[in-house]
Amino acid sequence: MLPAVDLFEYQGKQFFKGYGMPVSDGEVAFSVDQAVAAAERLGTPVMVKAQVHTGGRGKAGGVKFAATTDDARTHAANILGLDINGHIVQRLWIEKASDISEEYYASFTLDRSAKKHLGMLSAEGGVEIETVAAENPDAISKVLVDPAEGLTEEAARAWVEGANLNPAATDQAVEILRKLYVAYTEGDADLVEINPLILTPEGRVHVLDAKVTLDANAVFRHEDYAQYDETQPRDEREEAAHAKGLQYVGLAGSVGVIANGAGLAMSTVDVVNQVGGKPANFLDIGGGANAQVMANALEVINNDPDVRAIFINIFGGITRGEEVANGIIGALDAVDIEAPIVLRLDGTNAAEGREILAPHLNEKLVMEPTMLDAARRAVAMAAA
Amino acid sequence: MSIFVNKDTKVVYQGLTGSQGRYYGMLNRDYGTNVVAGTNPRKAGTDVEGVPVFANCTEAVAATGANASCIFIPAPGVFDAVMDAAEAGIEFVACITEGVPAHDEARFFNMLKRDYPGVRLLGPNCPGIITPGECNIGITAGHIAKPGGPVGIVSRSGTLTYQALYELQQKDIGVTTCVGIGGDPVPGTSFIDCLEAFEADPDTKAVMMIGEIGGSAEEEAAEFIKHHMSKPVSSYIAGVTAPPGKKMGHAGAIVSGGKGTAEAKMEALRDAGAQVGLNPTEAGELMAEIVAGL
Repeated sequence: MLPAVDLFEYQGKQFFKGYGMPVSDGEVAFSVDQAVAAAERLGTPVMVKAQVHTGGRGKAGGVKFAATTDDARTHAANILGLDINGHIVQRLWIEKASDISEEYYASFTLDRSAKKHLGMLSAEGGVEIETVAAENPDAISKVLVDPAEGLTEEAARAWVEGANLNPAATDQAVEILRKLYVAYTEGDADLVEINPLILTPEGRVHVLDAKVTLDANAVFRHEDYAQYDETQPRDEREEAAHAKGLQYVGLAGSVGVIANGAGLAMSTVDVVNQVGGKPANFLDIGGGANAQVMANALEVINNDPDVRAIFINIFGGITRGEEVANGIIGALDAVDIEAPIVLRLDGTNAAEGREILAPHLNEKLVMEPTMLDAARRAVAMAAA
Repeated sequence: MSIFVNKDTKVVYQGLTGSQGRYYGMLNRDYGTNVVAGTNPRKAGTDVEGVPVFANCTEAVAATGANASCIFIPAPGVFDAVMDAAEAGIEFVACITEGVPAHDEARFFNMLKRDYPGVRLLGPNCPGIITPGECNIGITAGHIAKPGGPVGIVSRSGTLTYQALYELQQKDIGVTTCVGIGGDPVPGTSFIDCLEAFEADPDTKAVMMIGEIGGSAEEEAAEFIKHHMSKPVSSYIAGVTAPPGKKMGHAGAIVSGGKGTAEAKMEALRDAGAQVGLNPTEAGELMAEIVAGL
């Protein structure tokens, strides 16, 4: 499965705006000067907000109120480059400041257990919703929506009334949350979250923050989603793997892992840990295991300076052992691998595959009969 | 005996004329599956190596009596393909296609439940189902499965399904039916559906269950095992040491409510009386002990 696509707050707000939801005017800034110019155009007061793919921005000093353009300059200078939970702030969102009377929380996501969409709404917004859920679960009003039926106005109203918002907010909240449901479903989102949804002193309900995660599987019907791919946080190794179309997650260890199938790759990572090693990555090359895919995978792992040994774990199903063996030999010809490789090949025609590999075995390419034996060998080699 | 499919199952391949559909459709036929038809609206009236192609499932069913389908249609067409099969009165639909949007899955799952409650959907994004020696629908390599029972297998992961079949074959243990339910957010058939069917199948004496991190399907299966299963279960959960994946915001964290980790799943299974292996080999060994004691 492709990874989900996380949107920055400003992208999420533009996404919501496209579905008719009320958001603040604002501009993206990549430098202090751009931030100041944006504040001048928008008119102060403004909010200066760090754009990062992580929560807790406010606590980390990444969200500041600027009464004047001078304030905007000071805050932009402080926030750009700030490290928020390991994410370095490289872009800001400057938006017109809003007066706030009340803060609410609203979201939709899939309830995998009920196999329906779950809407959550709380009058206790603006704080971490996990805290509300743990300390005062009754403060969260929930609605389960049948995806075959959609969210009716009646159901939306009952849901909103269950949340005990300010009565002045009810009608607008019903309208905005029905639009949020449309954005969630038509926009193919895994998650849409507004925290806070605010009521202003003038009695307007307004979207003040946006967290949106899109389903990468639905990109085929949303061509504009390609723009979000560039802004996904990836380390260097993950970027290289992504460019080659590989399912890769970077870890902190010294044993490079290549396996076919996500379950087997996860299982391989487990087994390396179980025998006392530390995996450097999770890498699923899919079912085929041909030479080109194998070469790409080895290249990505070879470029990881922490890798001291590589464990290739292939189970041939439809793909026969001979094909896997020839794929590995082809890949080794194409890429100059530094770390020693331990190979476990099992399944369909494994014996034939092993026979093909036998003349190529040496101290840098060894074979083991089982997953556990191979893991132990790879861990020992990484420690040597 | 077996669950869901057997030697009498007649299968129409939706997307038989595509490269994947043709390749696996013919492999399934070579295995012995009754591959009776294919569908493709643009190629109706033609055939694939003797298998007639129809415009849709309704025509295929009328002409051949097909009662199951296997979907190899690319992801954008899966929603219509599932509904086409249901409208034709097909009872068992295995969707192999991966990359189907979660919102499509949620919609057709609930539409089937509402309008076609008799239809069993397997997948999407699954390896399919095999009743060894009788019927193989999907992409499982048939020869790694020993026919006859006494073990039923249900798995969320493709390659680990093969690994499980292989571990049992190496120990000369037969399989009644092996079901790959797939790892997508809204699987048509759940662990519980399969456990319930295995419990009712007289030839299945024990069940091997392969799960993964994420969601709460394994915990729900454990509850079912605890209260409704008399047959022994061995299990394995992949991802014990996986770092927390991309967290789906605050809303996702609440839905999972502390569930979803491999530790929590293994604990729930142990508590339900299931054997839990730390790797696929160990799960196979545990099953061998169970079978020896039957």
